[in-house]
Amino acid sequence: MSLTDEQVRNLELKAIEIRKDIIKMLLSAGSGHSAGPLGMADVFCALYFSGVLNWDPVDPWKPDRDRVILSNGHICPVWYATLAHTGAFSHRELLTLRKLGSPLQGHPHYRELPGVENTGGPLGQGLSQAVGQALAARMDEARWRVYCLMSDAEEQEGQTWEAVMFAGNNNLFNLTAIVDRNNIQIDGYTEEVMPLEPLADKWRAFNWTVLEADGHNIREVAEALEKAKTIRENPTVVIAHTIPGKGVEFMEGDFAWHGKPPKPEEGAKALKQLRTLWGNIKSEHE
Amino acid sequence: MLNKSLSLSLFSNPELVATRDGYGQGLLELGEKDERVVVLTGDLKESTRAEGFFRKYPHRSIECGVAEQNMAGIAAGLAAAGKIPFVSSYAVFSPGRSWDQVRVSVAYSNLPVKIAGAHTGVSVGPDGATHQALEDITIMRVLPNMTVVVPCDAIETRKATVALASLTGPGYMRFAREKTPIITTADTPFEIGRAEIFWDSTLNSKFKNQNSNQIQSSNSRNQVVIIGCGPLVYESLIAAKELHEEGIGTMVVNNHTVKPMDEKTIVDAAKRCGAVVTVEEHQVMGGMGSAVSEVLAKNFPVPMEFVGMPDSFGESGEPKELLEKYGMDVASIKKAVKKVLSRK
Ligand SMILES: Cc1ncc(C[n+]2csc(CCOP(=O)(O)OP(=O)(O)O)c2C)c(N)n1
Ligand SMILES: [Mg+2]
Repeated sequence: MSLTDEQVRNLELKAIEIRKDIIKMLLSAGSGHSAGPLGMADVFCALYFSGVLNWDPVDPWKPDRDRVILSNGHICPVWYATLAHTGAFSHRELLTLRKLGSPLQGHPHYRELPGVENTGGPLGQGLSQAVGQALAARMDEARWRVYCLMSDAEEQEGQTWEAVMFAGNNNLFNLTAIVDRNNIQIDGYTEEVMPLEPLADKWRAFNWTVLEADGHNIREVAEALEKAKTIRENPTVVIAHTIPGKGVEFMEGDFAWHGKPPKPEEGAKALKQLRTLWGNIKSEHE
Repeated sequence: MLNKSLSLSLFSNPELVATRDGYGQGLLELGEKDERVVVLTGDLKESTRAEGFFRKYPHRSIECGVAEQNMAGIAAGLAAAGKIPFVSSYAVFSPGRSWDQVRVSVAYSNLPVKIAGAHTGVSVGPDGATHQALEDITIMRVLPNMTVVVPCDAIETRKATVALASLTGPGYMRFAREKTPIITTADTPFEIGRAEIFWDSTLNSKFKNQNSNQIQSSNSRNQVVIIGCGPLVYESLIAAKELHEEGIGTMVVNNHTVKPMDEKTIVDAAKRCGAVVTVEEHQVMGGMGSAVSEVLAKNFPVPMEFVGMPDSFGESGEPKELLEKYGMDVASIKKAVKKVLSRK
């Protein structure tokens, strides 16, 4: 199944809506992470809205659903916003992010919201949980798949590679990992803090199929995810090359935006860039 | 009443500084003092306040990336080769994730690795339960050879950091993210293993002359001792002052060293008051209060109440809201004091 040009354009617009939601959520919360969530908006769109994922927001815990695990829990604003766009819960709830009593916890909490399949935040734990789910599906001879979204810096954790090794050795072809290769972490650029390259070779050495995609090209990401479904030899990792902060010019590529929200003026500026498609829509009435 | 060496503005207009800033200052002080001191971080140098040291002493600063277990082992190796490593991360990850490495490579070998656990307690706030360390005192005090220090403010954290460096064995120090009141001064005594009495309703002090006249000099006897650690010592002092005004005399002990505990001060205070309330931003199970109860059960059992996390995970919210919700605010401390009094 491949996407028409119009479908791709619509998904691109949806990704922009999701980015606007992310900014509004962060403004309302007054804390949280900006760069990762903005950078992954296109990948989340490709996963949830291109037809890749077998998941029904109306019946979110159906036993044969595909599972999505978010290992780098700090980017949960993009997950929550995407889930709201599926209709799984009310859009208005997004603004309760990080507030007392909200199901939108600062880091995701297992089944607190429809679609939230894991607790995450402490890096390196997600892939093991995804392996366990994929293994259970295989034991039950079920057809559902597991998608595990991960960051790049969490591949500095030993646990990540323990899980990579297990999945490779057990040929868990019903597991797809998606790595947000944005080259940043908190203390700087990954290749300066603790280099990860040659990243693809590392995964290959552990018996995974490696696909690489431009993480801002929704068609490319969707095609890689579709292709992963057809691979029966081993689990697949899609390394999605992204720009942290994508869509907000003053955040793009800057690790300083890893863990802080925009200030109100910055938020307004960001929303304006997104609303006018970076100044391309001129006749804006304010 | 208030220990004379404490900050004069404590009850009027306390200065707010995060304890992690005290850690940063302590590291800088050590950097100059002791060539052997090295600092490690796992991709968290700024928020643990190790950054100043990293900038000033780059050749003694070690960035490990997001890899806390490896970091603990590297620290053990550095210590075995004569360095004094300070390991800086969030407590949920270090010693949370690295506990086995700390147990075996560090504690069993009795190596002078110092672990600095940042972002402890529910006051971590909006990040939520995953990032709020509420178990670290328990898992560290149970390790043989380990010293466990929980300083009450930024000044004490600086002193504790420096003091830890001269311990010959391993140490753990916990601190917090939020800005909290400065309680102590440069003159407040600090010694690892020695608890300090910060408030005593039966003693007169300058506090009385200087502040309100509503305070009656009535209390001839202290009825409860409040034993606290960490920034909640401030809440304990506020509670003590309010209780004093209501005619209930208390003592407040800053029990900053959870291990080895100052048994003499704790037992003496229990003997004088006959009832104990412990206060900590940590799980009640296994925490500082548990350690106090172990000491008292053996030496001088008295009725006790425990203010702390009631066997629950935290959640997202503002620090103040969370302290209130989980019963670690001034009102909860006062309630615990009254409850323990009714059991005397
Ligand atoms: C085990 C663990 N150690 C440390 C942290 C603190 N922390 C949060 S995000 C992060 C790294 C950020 O890099 P990356 O994961 O690539 O996310 P990005 O900034 O690209 O969104 C760290 C060290 C954590 N969450 N878990
Ligand atoms: Mg990254």
